[in-house]
Parts: sequence; structure tokens; C-alpha cells
Amino acid sequence: MKIFPDHFIDTINAATENKQPLRIRGSGSKDFYGNPQALQHSSVLDTSTWQGIVDYEPSELVITARSGTPLAEIEKLLHNHSQMLAFEPPHFHASATLGGCVAAGLSGPRRAYTGAVRDYVLGTKLLDGQGNILSFGGRVMKNVAGYDVSRLMTGAMGTLGVLLEISLKVLPRPATERTLCFQASTPEAMAIMRRCTAEPLPVSATCFHDSQLYIRLSGAESAVQTAHARLGGDKINDDDHFWESIRNHTHSFFQEGKSSGKSLWRLSIKPTTPPLSLPGKQLIEWGGALRWLVTDKDADAAVIRIHAADAGGHATLFHGNKTAVPVFHPLSPALLKIHQRLKQQFDPAGILNPQRLYTEF
Amino acid sequence: MNSNQLIEAFRKFLPAETILHEAEDLRPYECDALSAYRQVPMVVVLPRTEAEIAAILQICHAERVPVVARGSGTGLSGGALPHAEGVLLSLARLNRILEIDPASCTACVQPGVRNLAISEAAAHYGMYYAPDPSSQIACSIGGNVAENSGGVHCLKYGLTVHNILRLRVLTIEGDILEIGADALDSPGFDLLALMTGSEGMLGIVTEITVRLLPKPETVKLVMAVFDDVRKAGEAVASVIQAGIIPAGMEMMDKITIHAVEDFVHAGYDLEGAAILLCESDGMAEEVADEIERIRTILQASGATRISLAQDEAERQRFWAGRKAAFPAAGRVSPDYYCMDGTIPRKHLAHVLEQIEQLSAKYGLRCMNVFHAGDGNLHPLILYDANQPGELQKAEAFGARILEICIEAGGSLTGEHGVGIEKLNQMCLQFNDAERSRFHAIKAAFDPESLLNPGKAIPELHRCAEFGAMHVHGGAEKFPEIPRF
Repeated sequence: MKIFPDHFIDTINAATENKQPLRIRGSGSKDFYGNPQALQHSSVLDTSTWQGIVDYEPSELVITARSGTPLAEIEKLLHNHSQMLAFEPPHFHASATLGGCVAAGLSGPRRAYTGAVRDYVLGTKLLDGQGNILSFGGRVMKNVAGYDVSRLMTGAMGTLGVLLEISLKVLPRPATERTLCFQASTPEAMAIMRRCTAEPLPVSATCFHDSQLYIRLSGAESAVQTAHARLGGDKINDDDHFWESIRNHTHSFFQEGKSSGKSLWRLSIKPTTPPLSLPGKQLIEWGGALRWLVTDKDADAAVIRIHAADAGGHATLFHGNKTAVPVFHPLSPALLKIHQRLKQQFDPAGILNPQRLYTEF
Repeated sequence: MNSNQLIEAFRKFLPAETILHEAEDLRPYECDALSAYRQVPMVVVLPRTEAEIAAILQICHAERVPVVARGSGTGLSGGALPHAEGVLLSLARLNRILEIDPASCTACVQPGVRNLAISEAAAHYGMYYAPDPSSQIACSIGGNVAENSGGVHCLKYGLTVHNILRLRVLTIEGDILEIGADALDSPGFDLLALMTGSEGMLGIVTEITVRLLPKPETVKLVMAVFDDVRKAGEAVASVIQAGIIPAGMEMMDKITIHAVEDFVHAGYDLEGAAILLCESDGMAEEVADEIERIRTILQASGATRISLAQDEAERQRFWAGRKAAFPAAGRVSPDYYCMDGTIPRKHLAHVLEQIEQLSAKYGLRCMNVFHAGDGNLHPLILYDANQPGELQKAEAFGARILEICIEAGGSLTGEHGVGIEKLNQMCLQFNDAERSRFHAIKAAFDPESLLNPGKAIPELHRCAEFGAMHVHGGAEKFPEIPRF
């Protein structure tokens, strides 16, 4: 009987021989994410059965798991030991896997305050486009031996290799969490959000939508109480459910963005940028650094991208007409050249998720 | 192009005083803080602008002249060791803080700015730059990026890679890369992470945007003394297991305690086998709670004495001992050799025991200071370079320590970098396929291998030679892979 990596290697070798593009897929919860051209004529390399937690020692603050392991399973285990994935990865489906989470590089509400998935990736074992199994990084917090290939894999959308195993730093769950709600105009909300970053307050998430500002405090009971007293605002009930709806895009704002006739844009920009004047509805997270935009399906992508670039950032078409518009913000020619060379080095046959990130490779 | 022609070419756009080529002017650049390796460069240039750097790189690229970038020269792995036929590119004169933006909590700086200067400039706004390598008075932020430097607070606040947002990079081919952004992420591959810790091998950083943090309201420090290193190690695990991430958690062994106490009179207990410093920061109320919990845990772990720094002066004094560990080593021994391995913390006691055995075997004393929270061990091997053979013994001892770290599932370098020093051990930590991939990454940025050639990633033939003298457990690590 063949063990799994051998099966993956055989698949890659066959794909190289037949010039057959592969679509690396865990549970498929992010099938929508990326350029749809990648879906054409590709066959699936299924990682969803490559499951299992390889190593977890709470006192080391490190967990290592295979890429097909459901995020939910990992988070449940961590929860049982009062720990967590501090970057709050979105689960766009209950079956979302660790591999997809790292490959997509998306982080949730806590990101602006405790860091992104790339900040917690310590090591990876991967399969490159020539069927080599390679290990980079490790299971220790600090490691500067060699280039940081593990973080390079994070957010590369599977274009540089098939993730087999990932080691992540984990953090203790805060003793207490409390969410405050404020009625506010957009400029008022933005001012409070900036205060939450500039002052040493135990803030772990911010969200503004529909004249309501939500601020989540996390930490020791005493710190949360003091911060609440300083900031004011009303404590809300069922706040876990609210943040989950933001994180997993089940909130009505995101539901509308996914509906036909609409598109959902993700603008990641300099946090101090004043409210963007773009047609449609917005939801602001990350202290102003993340602006979600629900707009008409035929809204001018170029205008949205110019706004994002002018604000020091970039715009991603999360949901919408992706056959007409590239999903990810175009790269400068100099950066594109480096990307293409890296792709060439890791996947010379161009079989791993071609075009999913950029149609040029 | 010989050195005279090269100097001529540089003179067309650089003032004479920014080109050094006389023997006595080159000498100060022959090494960084790892003085066991020395090499005088062909020429040193001290550009003041990005345009000057671009012009220097253009000539070096056209003429295939190697370029080694250097910040303040405080590196501990020989990463800035010059190339005999190359240009030493000092970035020390690009030392301006371009902008501090308190609203977005960022600072935009040139690479030659000193690490501490950023925090000093940000202090006016109640902010600071978190990574604090022990050389922070002198080391440059560009060097920090090249090495992914940490410091005593990185368990809670992260390394350089976690605290920078954007880099502006010149490639040897003349392209300007804007990597990262003023936003929290950027499209495409995470080149910001790839550049961080790349030891000047991929590009020349000309501008850096760093993240600033609000200064914590309150900081408190507890010092605990243990009669057994093992107990101290277990105390560290217990603190973390209890859900506490201290702002800093540092350990020193007995020989270190004695060396630093003689030197700075920090008030350390000379009877102790290990001292643990544990810092908490944040809002006053939470710090008070956390310190109480830490004290309880340390007590339960068998600490023989626990002292809370009563005021800022005492806190600074407790820290002074830890921060003086390296100079203290220099005081008790003519020379010392600083190692930088990382290990999963649970193996601490075992690794320290092995180091003790090696110390007896090589007849060299070894001080151990430990970033206990994140598993980063700095054994300081004491030796006397004037005694024939001692340097070689120290190097062999050090190499063995790194191998023990790798065997324990750790890494040969946590924050000092590979440089020229740890090339052999890279052969143990990575196989040929992995090292080939590192070379491929370099080639994507620097196809002719002109930037800091020969550092950080060993050539395949070097590992084949090293492998021949160094066979583990009677078997080659990867017998199936062809060696050149």
C-alpha cells in the first residue's frame, strides 16, 4: 500500500509528463477564491484525506498538522487546552482545512492586533513541482537558517508547492472577552478605531458597519474592565456569534456581496485613509486597514483599484465577475518578474495551480 | 575591472571622501562583530542616497564585481565579512528617519538608522519599536532586516519580520522593488518575509517602514533564583502552560550569574544555579494580576528566592546583569565565542547537560544565557585566542552545540544568522534539495550571485566535503543524492 506523499508525488510526476495542470484542493471551501481560469482543464490533487495532528505540546506553543486536517479539529483541540490560532482564520465552510488556510493566507478580525497567519507559520513540509519533499523552518519560535520559505508559501495560493505539513505558533486564549458597541458616524468610528491602536488598550478586533462600531476587548478581567471604562460603549450579548459572522462571512453584509448582481471587494489599505468614496456599502475592520465593499457587479474595477492603490494598498475581487477582472491586484513589472522566476524555480513545468494567483504564471 | 578602474568609475558620481581604498581606511571594515573571520575588501563605498547606491550597483553588475552590504557591523555571524575582490557597501550614511506617523503608528526610515534611534524618536508620541536586540544602541535597522533580529521581548512582540510593513529594495539588476505596503498585507508572494533574514543576499534595502507600538503603561519584573537549572526550565514551561505570555523571560546559568555580578553588581544571588527574569507589561491592573500569578507559579516550581523589582531603578538593575552577559564574558575571558541555537524548550535541561559535558571535554568554560520563552540559547564559549589551538577548540565546541540543537529538533541559528560562520551546519539542517531551492531563490533575485556571495547558504560541494568528514551514526544523511 502506498503512503500518501507517494501518491502525491506520482500525481505530480504524471501531471508533469502530460502537461496536466493540477488544482490543489482541500475541502473546497475556497474554490471561489482566485482566478477562475485555474479551474479550466485542471485535474484535482485532493489533500483533504491527508489529515492528522502530528505534534502538539501546549507548553511549547506549537502545533504541527497535516494540510488536510480540518481547521475546526485543530481549533477544538487548542480550545481544550485554552489556546487558539490567534489570527482567527476564516472558515468559509465547516470543513475548511489547514492547508487551504495557509495557502490562501487569509486572517480574521484579530489580525490587526495579534498578527496574520504568516506571522504564526513556523515551518512547512511541502512538495514542489518536481515531486521533491522539502522541509523549511521548524517547530521553534526563532529560526533564521536559510530563507523563510515557509512564509513564502503562505498566501502563495498553492502556486509554489503542495503543502503537506505545517507548524504554527499558537497563543493562550484570553481569560475574558467583551464586545462594546457604539453608535457612530464613519469619521467618529475611524477616530475611535485609531485610538484603539495608538493607545495601549487590550483591543482584539474592530468592525464598523451601518453606523455601529464594535470593539472587542480581550485579556485579563481587570484589563478588560478598565478598558471598557475608558472607552465607554455598551456591552453586547452573543458577541462570539457576531465576530464569527464577520470572520466567516455569514453576516448579512457579506451575504449580499455574494449574491448575484453584486460583487464583494476586499480593500487592504493604509489604516488612516479617510472613508473611501466608492459607490456601494462598506464594512470596515482592522482599525481602518481593511475595507470591504459591496457594489454592483458591473462596477468599474479599475476605479476601485486606483482608490486602493492611492490609499497605499490593494484591492481583491472576493466575489463577483472574475472572468472579466483579475482577482488579485496587478503587480508592478519588477515584482512580476521576481514572481515568475520564483514560480519557474519551484514549479518549472507550471503544473501547480497555474493562473490561480496571476494569469501570467 | 581592477580596483583602480573601479575607483575611477565611482569617482564620477561619488565624492572622494565616500570612497575608501587605502589600506588603513579599509582595515576597520575587515570584519563585523565576529572577529574570528577577517577579510579586507577591495574598496569601501559610503553612499548617501538611493541614487548613489543604484549607480554603484549598476557598475558592479556590469563588471561582475561582488557587493557586500554592511550596516553598523554588529553582526555576530560574519554576514558582513567583505569579499576580497568586492565592494563593501556601507549603508551607515543613509541614517535619516524619514517620517514618524503617530496616526498610523508607523515610522519610515533609512537602513542606516540605529534600532534604538527609532524608539527614541517615537518616544515623543508615546510609542516605540518593539524588537530590541542587545546591540540596539549601535545596530542598524537595515542589519536587523537582513538578520531578522529579535531581542529579549520577542516572545510577546515578535521578531523583525513581525514588525515591519514595507521595504524598498534595489536589485543588483537595477530594479526597484516595493515590497509590502502601508497596508497590513500586499498582493502576491510574501516577499517581505523572504527578504527579512536574507542576509543581504537578495537585494539592497533602501527604505523601511516599521510598525510602532504604544508604550505599555506599566512594566514589572520578577527575578527568581533556582538551585537547579532543570527546575528553572520547568518553571518557564509552567508559566506558559498557565496561559501567560510574559513580555520577556530570560535565564542565566551559574557561571553567567557570577561573571555578570562581578561586573555590574545587579544584586544576583551567587548561590543560585539559575536565575530567571520574568517581565510583565500592559495596563496597571493586568500587570498586577499577572505578576501575582507568575510569582505563585515560580514558587510552586521551587524557586529559592523571588524578588519583585520595587521601582524602575531596580528593574533596570536586574536587567543590567542580563544585558551585560556578553561584555561580562569579555571581562572574565580574553575571547568568547557566542552561539545562537534554538531548541524546543522541553529539551533545555538535556541540552545544557550535554554542553556541560562538552565543556569538560574541550577544557573550555561556557556561559549560558537563554531567551527562555522562545527557546533561543546563547552559549558563550570562553577561550583565549593567544593560546595555540584554543580558537579551533572553541569552534569545534560551538559546532557541536549547534548540532545538538539541530538533533533536538531546533535550529542552528535563532537570530544571529548563518553568515560565514555556520555554513557547515547548514549542511546538517537542510538536505541538497532544500539547499538547491535556497540557491534558486537567490538566483531569482540575483542571477549572477553578486550580492554577498558565499554567505548563508553553502554550495553543494562544500556540504559534500563536510559530509565526508562528518558522518552521523555511521550513515550518510541522504545516501541517494548525488554529491559533487
